[in-house]
Amino acid sequence: MTDLSDLYQQIIVEHNRAPRNFKKLAHPTREAEGANPLCGDQIKLEVELAGDRIADIGFQGSGCAISQASASLLTGAVQGKTTAEAQALFKAVHTMLTSPPGTTVDTSGLGKLAALAGVRQFPVRVKCASLPWHTLRAALESAAQPVSTE
Amino acid sequence: MTSVRHASPSVHRPALDVEQVRRDFPLLQTMVRGKPLVYLDNAATSQKPRSVIARTEQYYATENANVHRGVYELSERATAAYEDAREKARGFLNAASAREIVFVRGTTEAINLVASSFGRKELQAGDEVLITAMEHHSNIVPWQLICAERGALLRVAPMNKRGELLLDDFARLLSPRTKLVAVAHVSNSLGTINPIADIVRLAHAKGAAVLVDGAQAAPHAPIDVRALGVDFYTVSGHKMFGPTGIGLLYGTTARLEALPPYQGGGDMIKTVTFAKTTYAEPPAKFEAGTPNIAGAIGLGAAIEYLRGLDWDAVQAHERDLLAYATERLGALSEVELVGTAGHKASVVSFTVRGVHAHDVGTIVDQEGVAIRTGHHCTQPVMDFFGVPATARASLAFYNTRADVDALVSAVQKVTRVFAA
Repeated sequence: MTDLSDLYQQIIVEHNRAPRNFKKLAHPTREAEGANPLCGDQIKLEVELAGDRIADIGFQGSGCAISQASASLLTGAVQGKTTAEAQALFKAVHTMLTSPPGTTVDTSGLGKLAALAGVRQFPVRVKCASLPWHTLRAALESAAQPVSTE
Repeated sequence: MTSVRHASPSVHRPALDVEQVRRDFPLLQTMVRGKPLVYLDNAATSQKPRSVIARTEQYYATENANVHRGVYELSERATAAYEDAREKARGFLNAASAREIVFVRGTTEAINLVASSFGRKELQAGDEVLITAMEHHSNIVPWQLICAERGALLRVAPMNKRGELLLDDFARLLSPRTKLVAVAHVSNSLGTINPIADIVRLAHAKGAAVLVDGAQAAPHAPIDVRALGVDFYTVSGHKMFGPTGIGLLYGTTARLEALPPYQGGGDMIKTVTFAKTTYAEPPAKFEAGTPNIAGAIGLGAAIEYLRGLDWDAVQAHERDLLAYATERLGALSEVELVGTAGHKASVVSFTVRGVHAHDVGTIVDQEGVAIRTGHHCTQPVMDFFGVPATARASLAFYNTRADVDALVSAVQKVTRVFAA
């Protein structure tokens, strides 16, 4: 039996209502767009790298609470990190989101991002949470094409 | 609904016995997430009565053979059942002849068939195809493809903020260059019922053929293609309580005879030599390869089931459900209805202020309520109304006021979750 409060945790509802770093950067050095064509979530992520470090990050777009909160949490989590650290975080979040429902996942070291752990109980919503993360990876790797998690 | 056959007025009008009807549908008896299923996604696909499920099983258990091929008894039996389903489909659409009924995979394939065959024969550079602003992607994209191939122009008749076709603008967009008009009988995302007879009259006056996407109309009323005067009419079996993977293309004999084949293969030929192949007459000309025999027979059983219903009672019941759902959802301050045409089928699209449709869908699902959320394969409609997505409750005759109540209390829960 899944529980709604696992999905819509306070922190997710709050980040959806007031997303952090919902902004356009003045001097982005990397950017990527992501979309879930089937549900209409879309996000544009801009990154300003100072050397190998993420000096600033902002996102724009629209979508469900899960995708918006995930993007908001993402921007807070990778701010000031090196690209390698951000990539490691992508892997950790991806593992957390794609672990089969019912199994235990290690969310230590994920901080506020642990709030996204409940999403995996709702398989059709996993792509909502993962979209900003795939978009981040595309931005860091400067993928030329918009990404899709469909 | 307009342009459909109404049974002659009966002396006494018993209301539809919904509880008895519901017992015919095994899936409606199931539980979801520990709660009785409230199925309100009928515009996506409908549930199947036991008779359809049983007829399909019976075919595989006792009649399975390829059609139109064998000289043995079993094949004759399969062929007879398949052609009997075609006759039932003829009756459902009130076509003049069963030869005007082509079995296809569904409405999407039917439209692609006409776009391809009609387009290759009739569309020249500069010609036009006219659709409306409320079409499903399957009645947009096939026309874009063939128009691009033929150098033809796709034009779009606008609607108003209620989701009603602007018939004057539609009439103005018709020209001698308009070769075909393709329009939904009922909008899948808004519920709007279009004035097909008027559209046909206007289009025919300019010499344009008319294709009607009837996918969302057939579940709500028997159709009368002759009264409507259409050239082509399409339905999907799975939306009218039949199996998936089967649908109907109706075309007048004159139209079907004039069209070139769609796909090539077995069953659609008269003679084949390496130098020259001649084609079978319609409908075989358009049914290349082994068809969905079980699907066709199952669809025949669905039509048989629909024929057993009192349609005056069904339509009165659906009108009541639509009015009740509109009133109850409309009364919620955070809910905005999308699509408020004066003439509607029992489809209610809505948004919840500050909450994305997918969050609405997930939360009401926890209450056992199944609704569709998203753009409903009508992105231009979403753009027109300035929303990324809507939640849509689409009701069938087996739904009840209690189903609507369950939806309304689930939507109220949405507000509570997001107020947290």
